[in-house]
Amino acid sequence: MKKLKHMLGNAYLALVFVFLYAPIVTLIVYSFNEGRGRKWQGFSGRWYEELFHSAQIGDAVSNTLTIALLSALIATVIGVISCLGLQALRGKARNVYLALNNIPLLNSDLVTGLSLMLAFIAVGVTFGYSTVLLAHISFNVPYVIMNVMPRLRQMNQSTYEAALDLGARPVQAFFKVLVPEIMPGVISGFLMAFTMSLDDFIITHFTKGPGINTISTLIYSEIRRGIKPSMNALSTIMFISAIILLVLTNISPKGSKTEVKYI
Amino acid sequence: MNKRKLLSLPYLIWMIGFTVIPLLMILWYGFQGKNGGFTLEHILAIGRPEHLGPLLVSLLLSVICTVVCLLIAYPLALILRKAGLKRSSFVIFIFILPMWMNFLLRTYAWLNLLDDGGLVYVFLQKLGYKGNIVGTYGAILLGMVYNYLPFMVLPLYNAMTKIDDNTLNAARDLGANERQVNFRVIMPLTFPGIVSGVTMVFVPSLTTFVVSDLLGGRKIFLIGNIIEQEFSTASNWNLGAGLSFVLMIFILLSMAVLNHYDTLGEEDDG
Repeated sequence: MKKLKHMLGNAYLALVFVFLYAPIVTLIVYSFNEGRGRKWQGFSGRWYEELFHSAQIGDAVSNTLTIALLSALIATVIGVISCLGLQALRGKARNVYLALNNIPLLNSDLVTGLSLMLAFIAVGVTFGYSTVLLAHISFNVPYVIMNVMPRLRQMNQSTYEAALDLGARPVQAFFKVLVPEIMPGVISGFLMAFTMSLDDFIITHFTKGPGINTISTLIYSEIRRGIKPSMNALSTIMFISAIILLVLTNISPKGSKTEVKYI
Repeated sequence: MNKRKLLSLPYLIWMIGFTVIPLLMILWYGFQGKNGGFTLEHILAIGRPEHLGPLLVSLLLSVICTVVCLLIAYPLALILRKAGLKRSSFVIFIFILPMWMNFLLRTYAWLNLLDDGGLVYVFLQKLGYKGNIVGTYGAILLGMVYNYLPFMVLPLYNAMTKIDDNTLNAARDLGANERQVNFRVIMPLTFPGIVSGVTMVFVPSLTTFVVSDLLGGRKIFLIGNIIEQEFSTASNWNLGAGLSFVLMIFILLSMAVLNHYDTLGEEDDG
């Protein structure tokens, strides 16, 4: 009976596995197809060549990476500072603050993107790199706060005060006592913000100008018109980068057992 | 300590500028009439058949998608939890990996399989199915489930790994069978995970315009598509804002319902 259950469990895993990987494997196989269509016409690397020679894709990749990095960094700084302030808030003020912070997390990306677009238009800024960056910072800060706040709450408040009593200046106490305590939360908040920015399409779609693309918006404009073999090549590269990134982040020396991070 | 409160100020100003005012802009456009006066016209426009239809289809598809995701993810998370204890986290790694691919490419991947000449298409033709797959509700539902499944798996799995084995062993010692352990111990303990998973799947699937755009074959329009078109091609921002406002109400309602159940779950714990 137990053996049967075990087998059923494995069969279920296998089924979900096929569901998850079938589309990806298909993409990878087609990325090496000589022809455009779905008939196999021989092995070829021409779509990868096309990909590497496209300035458009190069621009999109660099935009995506710099926006993700900058927005995650700035969001982390804003998030940590506001967490420190938030800890001193009590009662209603605190609840209102947290509720406002939660809005971008709970609201639909469609509404968030549209609302930001309307606000940018009202102010009269030109749409482009900076509007996308501002939008990304906005939806990233809540993820940082979500990760840092529990750390700060768990921390023993007296250690910071003890450091002050023992003669540390507030700056010293901050960097030598507080920062090491909240660092894991800061790092996971940063990584989460980074990946959220990397993967975002909808908010970028509404806040970008006509001349600028991230990987997501470029893919969207390409595949709306049908099958594009170079996009298969791009998928393959992105999938392999994801594997490498995940392996690197998960083989940390003090890996937190089996808890899966959202990033 | 009081000076520290000041640190919360910069982000408060940021939130007013980038969250509150933008949302008020939606209200501003949504309630603005032709001559700049107040009107309910754009809100009530949801009742027009060309908007009501897509809204109902969106609601139906997102509810089905959420249920299907829950039905797939719950046993998966349960099995992964058990597997995680014995084997390395490699198994878990395998199941998290596809979720890391770009959202658009994941949808596009299905287009490759479902479109004319794709593997699934050919297979279904052989089984005797006639007609296209792309452009059906089924294709959109499939795309939604595939894309949003991770949002259900991760919170469930995280909630399950937090359950102490001793709790389950205690239940078994006290005479509970596996079924009772699953339904009366694990299920209530993972309730917060279920609630956040449901929210994280329901909201994006209700408002998506990408999945329906790519897999709908330009035949099926969801409420997300209608709103997106009002802003991009039709350029009727007032109408788009009015419809977004209605959509926001639906999101708020679903949150209120889920919150209600969430607090019920907490009461059970205590």
